[in-house]
Amino acid sequence: MALNVYASPLEKIWYYLIRVFCVLVLIGLVLPIMVIIPISFTSDTMLTYPMPGVSLRWFKEFFSSVMWTLSMKNSFIIAGATTALATALGTLSAIGLTMANFPFKGIITGIMIMPMVVPIVITAVGIYFFFAWTGLAGTHLGMILAHTALATPFVVITVTATLQGFNRNQIRAGASLGASPGRVFFKVTLPQILPGVISGALFAFVTSFDEVVVALFIAGSEQYTLPRQMFAGIREKYNPTIAAVAAMMIVVSVALLVSVELLRRRNERLRGITQ
Amino acid sequence: MNPSYQKLDAAEGLSLKVRLRRAERKRKIKAAGLVAPLFFFLLTTFIIPILMLLYRAIDNPEIMAVMPRTAQAIQKWDGAALPDEPVFAALADDLRQARKDRTVGMAGKRLNYDITGFRTLVLNTARKVSRMKTEPASYREKIIGMDKRWGELLYWSAVKRAAAPFTDFYILSALDLKRDSGGHIVRVPAERALYLKVLFRTLWMSLIVTLCCLILGYPVAWLLATLPVRISNLLMILVLLPFWTSLLVRTASWIIVLQKEGIINEILTRLNLTSAPLQLVFNRFGVYVAMTHILLPFMILPLYSVMKNISPSYMRAAVSLGANPVVAFWKVYVPQSLPGISAGCLLVYILAIGYYITPALIGGPKDQMLSYFIAFFTNNTINWGMASGLAVLLLGATILLYTVFNRFIGIDRLRMG
Repeated sequence: MALNVYASPLEKIWYYLIRVFCVLVLIGLVLPIMVIIPISFTSDTMLTYPMPGVSLRWFKEFFSSVMWTLSMKNSFIIAGATTALATALGTLSAIGLTMANFPFKGIITGIMIMPMVVPIVITAVGIYFFFAWTGLAGTHLGMILAHTALATPFVVITVTATLQGFNRNQIRAGASLGASPGRVFFKVTLPQILPGVISGALFAFVTSFDEVVVALFIAGSEQYTLPRQMFAGIREKYNPTIAAVAAMMIVVSVALLVSVELLRRRNERLRGITQ
Repeated sequence: MNPSYQKLDAAEGLSLKVRLRRAERKRKIKAAGLVAPLFFFLLTTFIIPILMLLYRAIDNPEIMAVMPRTAQAIQKWDGAALPDEPVFAALADDLRQARKDRTVGMAGKRLNYDITGFRTLVLNTARKVSRMKTEPASYREKIIGMDKRWGELLYWSAVKRAAAPFTDFYILSALDLKRDSGGHIVRVPAERALYLKVLFRTLWMSLIVTLCCLILGYPVAWLLATLPVRISNLLMILVLLPFWTSLLVRTASWIIVLQKEGIINEILTRLNLTSAPLQLVFNRFGVYVAMTHILLPFMILPLYSVMKNISPSYMRAAVSLGANPVVAFWKVYVPQSLPGISAGCLLVYILAIGYYITPALIGGPKDQMLSYFIAFFTNNTINWGMASGLAVLLLGATILLYTVFNRFIGIDRLRMG
């Protein structure tokens, strides 16, 4: 909304005041995250500005530490498996939820969104007791199952949103032309809802990749993920290695964010929501 | 009826209505079948664990397991006068056995939750009872002789409460209540009252964070909704970035920014605004700043999605009819954005009351919320009943808010990105 040529001085002041305020808020949103990137290149052992010099010593420290590389490996294994499982389960149920009304659909939908709403500590403690009892605590499988439960709501929500723009008559058309339900799914439905499925998958990945509370309760030191290791680091000795890890995790976040944004825009274009 | 149509019906043996209903039913079964895998997955990895956690808040297994004879004998006790000889004898038997099995500490710990000092009483009595060489004429007199407290109704009513299969002890404790020796619900003494304060602190801190998010987020959402799409899409990435960065990364960043040698203090001292560095982190202020930062995107996104659909013509109409722009904004624009305000505030509030990591790393001991105490009782003192009692409280508050959210706003309105 551009400023009118006939705006009064007071309106002009408001116009710029609001813009300055918004710019400050936006800077406030991004800058606190970004300050950690330069500091990860410090040559000092302190996490303070100004930095005495620039070096890659903390990245070397990271890659030469068994503890950190193991946690990086764990993070990728657990987040990868979580993504696959959550995407498969979430996509199927999103298709089911949009296909027809069936008894208790409202309650079931509520349950599927619950992991996003229930305070994470409650979920984590519940899973901790249950997994300790079933022997899943302190295993990679336990971490994957717990993270999948947390990640599925995101997949269900994104895929359901995409399916709202999908014309179901195409399924009937495919079936009437003799294709099996599986063939219809892979040849007709999936290609069209793929942006939503991929967005959901990326959400699932980032949910697991960033998760720390469940890891705090059920991960043994063999299952430590990057955030879990960072948590221990911040509590015990906060050194620039943590800043180096944070910098790398920010790069991953930015890459995921940009992918999801591009997919979302493509999806909106395809659905004809152009502004 | 058309004869050929009737024949077709007869050939199939069913009317069209029945067949349509069958097809519809088949579709429903198929839909339910697609939903089933995730449903059963969540049932086993999420719903059952949480139900089991909640069950622990009323489960009362310790005394029944460690002192079974006392537990059984005391059921008949009416609580009016001291228990009879058989109960004392059962107590002596149980304590002797429990000391041999090394489980007496468990019973002592459980009874100590109710009355401080009960643990030592149980341990000492167990030791003395085991050392007895001869069978006494009266266990009742013998045991009261060991410690006068066994002659008080207060202690015996605590044993009786702890010996029942279910207890309301943990849930009452979470509300700073307890039962007195007569079984009436009373407030715990002021020096032991803690959890209501924590509950109010949780609700209060969440309220402050929600208001901060609204004040900071509303203008930004408004600007994003009125700017040309090309620019607002670009700015939207700035809003979404914190949403996508790990909580740990953001918390670590805030410590760097706010610490004593941090950027803010550096700037303040360079500008000579402060003589000594300010304490900005490991206190309430730091928690508010970090939580507002983390939750701000959850306020901006719902506001933005509502504001994008508010036509600018209404504002123009109001102004052209002579309204002052401020009045027009307040009377015309704000009411239309109310659905976004309520959605954003409820969402931020629901997320805020469950926060754990940020207060744990950035706050001091007086800034911890309910979640911290649940984790504390689970990991540090291993008082799982108490952890569950507090979980009931927190989950109850969350589900209440979630129901309000679902009723008035609808969970399907939630969009991510």
